[in-house]
Amino acid sequence: MLAPGDTPKPLGLLAELTHRCPLGCPYCSNPLALDKRENELDAATWARVFREAAALGVLQVHLSGGEPAARRDLSDIVKSAREAGLYSNLITSAVGLSPQALAAFAESGLDHVQISIQDSEEASADHIAGYKGASARKCAIAREVVRLGLPLTINMVVHRANIDRIEPMVALALSLGASRIEIAHVQYYGWALKNRTALMPTREQVDAAARQVEALRARHHGQIVIDAVVPDYYARFPKPCVGGWGRRSLNVTPAGKVLPCHAAEVIPELEFWNVRDHSLADIWQASPAFSAFRGTDWMREPCRSCDRRGQDFGGCRCQAFLLAGDARAADPVCHLSPHHPLVVQMAEERAEVDYSYRRL
Amino acid sequence: MQEPTTRISDSARPRLPRGVRLTHSEAQGGWVLLAPERVFKADNITVEILKRCTGEATLGAIVDDLAKTFSAPRERIHADVVQLLGGLADKRLLEL
Repeated sequence: MLAPGDTPKPLGLLAELTHRCPLGCPYCSNPLALDKRENELDAATWARVFREAAALGVLQVHLSGGEPAARRDLSDIVKSAREAGLYSNLITSAVGLSPQALAAFAESGLDHVQISIQDSEEASADHIAGYKGASARKCAIAREVVRLGLPLTINMVVHRANIDRIEPMVALALSLGASRIEIAHVQYYGWALKNRTALMPTREQVDAAARQVEALRARHHGQIVIDAVVPDYYARFPKPCVGGWGRRSLNVTPAGKVLPCHAAEVIPELEFWNVRDHSLADIWQASPAFSAFRGTDWMREPCRSCDRRGQDFGGCRCQAFLLAGDARAADPVCHLSPHHPLVVQMAEERAEVDYSYRRL
Repeated sequence: MQEPTTRISDSARPRLPRGVRLTHSEAQGGWVLLAPERVFKADNITVEILKRCTGEATLGAIVDDLAKTFSAPRERIHADVVQLLGGLADKRLLEL
């Protein structure tokens, strides 16, 4: 057990301001059971959460959703992040965001904007997002971000339908004036797990994508930063999920629950505390959900005696629960997990079926 | 340490772009450089260099000032500054 004085200090806060979103991306990271508008925290509570987060050590806040622009008081929320001394990052689909609102955020000290694109081909992009015209609006707002002098990251979630077009997607991001690109393979939780067979790329696609990313990195070195998140299901070792449970970041849901990661609600045994009832410091240090898998004491074999336990922390707890049926098991992505053959088998399962779009 | 590919001339006027901020965090107990999806702990030398990257002073003037302030050989300071700032420019965390 960690002594209270040894509790690590979080660096980042993911603020899910709302689950409302005009898009229906089939890999959405929101939970299947979405929070309703009437249960959302008000702007004053978010301002308090930001102050408490800064006092706890948090340096960066990621204003996310759903689509954060679905909130009419987003401008107040952006302002309060800056007043709390936090570096603020707006993670947006750009649909529903006006140039006027963007200019007001820039004025209030917003530090960075991240816009997602679904594909370089407009029809495919709009099909993936489940929203006609989304792609054109994203591009227009992205240009506006750059025109206002704000740094822009373009995020692209890749899966079977778009993974062969990483190069034109990177070219699109460059043409929009992005200074950073995030290429993230779909992670299979929630909506993505539901759409798994429609999203899963082939091994050949994954290998070609990895080579493509390396080549693009070399070609654009110094011009654009390309960060890539590796595809879980084809890995030998698990990812160090959220940099270790309760170690570096926390996530506040629209209704105020505080989670160690955005998917943690899938683990039924966990008890989450709410910012309406507790201070963020209390939740970070003492809430059952954060204590559950902090450190390495909770581990079983093969993690417990593994040399990598302090490096990848046994991988992802949610994935262990979802695939192995036990949140204390090794992440089945790890080749040392007895459940690893299941992951290998799942990576082979593909079906040409319609997406089950994310909807409230 | 990796050799930066960006070469910075003495007449360049480096500055941190919008979205890159040097700030002191009481809770983290030190200076940090904040950038898109990145946090770097900044040691004292880094802080002294970055504080001078205002977009007004040239690299040459920054090195002169540091050499004088810390009574250190100019050549060594120059190498440290070029290494740090070149690395930041490679990552698009510095404007020249």
